[in-house]
Amino acid sequence: MTVLTSQAAMTAGDAGHPLDPELREGRIPHIWCPGCGIGSVMQAFLEAVDTFQLERNRLAVVSGIGCTGRVAGYLKADSFHTTHGRPIPFATGLKLARPELHVNVLSGDGDLAAIGGNHLIHAARRNIDLNVVCINNFNYGMTGGQVGPTTPLGAKTTTSPFGCHEHPFNLVDLVASCGAVYVARWLSMDVRRLRRSIEESFSKTGFTFIEVLAPCPVNFGRRNQLDEAAQGRMLVERSEIRNGADTREVAIPDEGPIVCGKFVDHERPSYLQLLEGLRARLQEHST
Amino acid sequence: MKRRLLTGNGAAAWAARLAGVDYVPAFPITPQTEIIESLANWIDRGEMPGRLVTLESEHSMLTAAGAAAATGVRVFSATSSQGLLYAMEMLYTVSGWRAPFVLVNVSRGLSSPITLEPDHNDILAARDSGFLQIHCATCQEVLDSVLLAYRLGEDNRVRLPVLVNMDGFYLSFTREPVEVPEAEAVAAFLPSFQAGEIRFRASAPESQAVAVLGGGPYSYFRYETHLAARIAIQVYDELADVFEQSFGRRHAAVECYRCEDADYLFVMIGSFATKARAAVDSLREAGWSIGLLRPRLFRPFPEAQVRRLLAGRRAVAVIDQNLSFGAGGVLYAELAAALYGEKAAPPVLASFVGGLGGRDIPPEEFYEIARLIRDAAERGETPPPRLLYTEAELRETRKLQAIAKVERAGLGAKS
Repeated sequence: MTVLTSQAAMTAGDAGHPLDPELREGRIPHIWCPGCGIGSVMQAFLEAVDTFQLERNRLAVVSGIGCTGRVAGYLKADSFHTTHGRPIPFATGLKLARPELHVNVLSGDGDLAAIGGNHLIHAARRNIDLNVVCINNFNYGMTGGQVGPTTPLGAKTTTSPFGCHEHPFNLVDLVASCGAVYVARWLSMDVRRLRRSIEESFSKTGFTFIEVLAPCPVNFGRRNQLDEAAQGRMLVERSEIRNGADTREVAIPDEGPIVCGKFVDHERPSYLQLLEGLRARLQEHST
Repeated sequence: MKRRLLTGNGAAAWAARLAGVDYVPAFPITPQTEIIESLANWIDRGEMPGRLVTLESEHSMLTAAGAAAATGVRVFSATSSQGLLYAMEMLYTVSGWRAPFVLVNVSRGLSSPITLEPDHNDILAARDSGFLQIHCATCQEVLDSVLLAYRLGEDNRVRLPVLVNMDGFYLSFTREPVEVPEAEAVAAFLPSFQAGEIRFRASAPESQAVAVLGGGPYSYFRYETHLAARIAIQVYDELADVFEQSFGRRHAAVECYRCEDADYLFVMIGSFATKARAAVDSLREAGWSIGLLRPRLFRPFPEAQVRRLLAGRRAVAVIDQNLSFGAGGVLYAELAAALYGEKAAPPVLASFVGGLGGRDIPPEEFYEIARLIRDAAERGETPPPRLLYTEAELRETRKLQAIAKVERAGLGAKS
């Protein structure tokens, strides 16, 4: 599986994981439960950073609060663990103040789509140069598994013990409709496609959004007859790759195929490009 | 009446259940989440009437709570720390609507840096919001205070929302035996909400709340809210009597522990005051004339009672579990303001700050504080404010900083 070309791969001894040098070892062991999908997404992200040969002194990783929020603390990178819902405004400030940085947001569905939902849609609308990876585990995992904006209808959580009676978001459609230039959805188990997709998103100019569906066996799965490996297996069995599918038709259904793939990949002037354009025009005008 | 082993969160949930709340807007946050989980479970099971909805943030949650209360139904909600701060805009707004409801805050230190453990900077940030504030030290008090808070806020002379505060972890996750009163007894103490003028009638609107006011009428409504909060001191005292008659437990606005004859006093709010209480017992055994004053009601601030209870003491140590950067302890400033110009004010009022982010205040520190204020009283001069921190703690922090420095150097080398 190794695609590493950097020192990271070469220095890893038999005892360690090849990615150990990329992590703040003092923070390990991590807090994620057995069977959680976040770790593989973090690995895919690190591999993408490596294969894309992203310079470390340009790499910034921002996350919010929640299980995925912990990613920022584990990576040996310039990383920021913001308050709940605020990674996108934080990343926006970072990107506009230091446009040379490659700013990534890795956060959860609860953080990005509930309390931070407003920021998500406006960042996509502005097409601000950020790469967002949203790990969707269908509930608020860190606080123990409460109903959230992606919880499927009928799913049990600690605050919907007899089934959720709210409609969930179709996140990829939400973000695509707001104007993101790159929108994809993968399973956390599909690490190869996920890594390639993250890598591809790095090459885009503008707002990119990758939703990663991740099992949460302990807080979500256990309450929905999907404990241990069952939720992961269910996701794998139901997933179907349809690149270029219309995002309006890929809401995660109660039954039947869960559509993954790259849905949007087009060009649209980014916030920074428009700003530069405006500046250039004004400059021209004044001289 | 049933005795149950309940956490502070459990006690808050039981109080909301017994109060027969109609509506619970909710949003999870550690260490409060157990409250809304318990209520969600009871409501979905049909054991409790009412509706619960998990909103997308505390800001929406407070907005929904205020709106529902303004229609004349009984509303409950709970939050903590950053959540309370995120809702802050609406705290100020809904108190002006004069629609009473109860919001439980489970105290947790604020960012940055991030912590999960308690101190009072979150709740004290709501000090001037128009919400009344009751601070609890035990799980029993949490349950009782929520019931009291509904009576207090819904009283015709008051009509304000009320915050009931407990410390995260120390109360929220600690089980204590709690007397859970029978539903009938609660119904007798706390009848259903008599909304009176507070009602929403789509067919017959009485006013249009769309005015943007100039200073004159604006000040009028702000003063009205202030005066209602002031009246709440007297209303609280009346209710504490009624509560005692109903349930046999007294929750005075200001709790006084072994302070009748005390020359020296600790003053603290919240559950850490139970540590001060234990220290008072030990010091009493060693021959000290010392006691503890614990304001439960913080807004409105019962300064007349505080003045009376502090009068004639030789020295008083105020231990703040909060920090107003650049000023010091908030409770200390409030007490100093209350005592200024009082003839019988204690000559020494000393300030200590500790317990931030759940940092323990061990017995030895209370003993040291007692010694400091005794010596100060003898010398006749007030010692400068102290931040409670040990050399061992400083060494630990320095170690962490050294590790961080090495880590940073490593990162720099990679780039």
